[in-house]
Amino acid sequence: MTLVQVLFWVFAAILAISALSMILVKNPVHAALLLVLSFFTSAAIWLLIEAEFLAVVLILVYVGAVMVLFLFVVMMLDINIEELRARVTRYALLGGIAAGIVVFELVSVVWSRSLGIDVTTGAKATAATYSNTAELGQVLYTDYVYPFELAAVLLLIAIVAAISLTMRKRANLKQQDIARQVAVRREDRVRIVKVAAERSNESQAPASEKPQ
Amino acid sequence: MIPLNWLLLVSGVLFAVSVAGMFINRKNLILLLMCVELLLLAVNFNFVAFSRYLDDINGQIFVFFVLTVAAAESAIGLAILVVLFRERRSINVEDLSTLKG
Repeated sequence: MTLVQVLFWVFAAILAISALSMILVKNPVHAALLLVLSFFTSAAIWLLIEAEFLAVVLILVYVGAVMVLFLFVVMMLDINIEELRARVTRYALLGGIAAGIVVFELVSVVWSRSLGIDVTTGAKATAATYSNTAELGQVLYTDYVYPFELAAVLLLIAIVAAISLTMRKRANLKQQDIARQVAVRREDRVRIVKVAAERSNESQAPASEKPQ
Repeated sequence: MIPLNWLLLVSGVLFAVSVAGMFINRKNLILLLMCVELLLLAVNFNFVAFSRYLDDINGQIFVFFVLTVAAAESAIGLAILVVLFRERRSINVEDLSTLKG
């Protein structure tokens, strides 16, 4: 085994263990952190198979943005974990059976010879001057430029949707309404009251102002 | 050099673990969302592995778009989760029975 292969199995073991403990831990914060570890090790494996750009993107986008969002939400909400974990063992067996079936199906596909390709060999090693990022960029901005624009629009929609869903007006919040301030008229604010003039009375004037 | 079937094995194990996680944590909405993320990671693993093996860059472009859609999905999913928690004070999936589905 070469060093790359040894590293691959080390990372694969870390990935499997962190994914397994993610679905088994009680605390959602620990689950989120273990998911971060899974993403990190996956990025390491992608580096090993020379998909550098996606490995970096996985760390930047997932660990940097999505998982931080997850951690924010998990820590913000006051969740009753015990209630959610009440009947876990009832579904653990069912989950195990489903996972076993999935593993069996995937393994039987991988090991079948009917695909016409030899899966026991790896990809050809790329040259030292090869740039994964440059090649991806050349395809992304030519053949896939419209899907790229659509992805940008999709992210914009996601921003607008997330903000409009979570924004709320508090009942007792004091805030300015600029439109109402501008649209105000004189009649709304000023009330002119006609008051009859009072006659000055010598006897009611204060004592200090009396002429000596 | 890493053979293709090793990568497919890891991806399959990851996929199976996240499917099992969906069964085990079927009441906790946050963990369900995390399992979806792990599921998409397993799928991306396959895309990258086959892209490298077949020497076809289009597979990696696909991973790029899957990552974009997954980020948008988790942002909106978490926003819905926050709104839901504000309304119900709970993220239990079994409490979401308004539609009687």
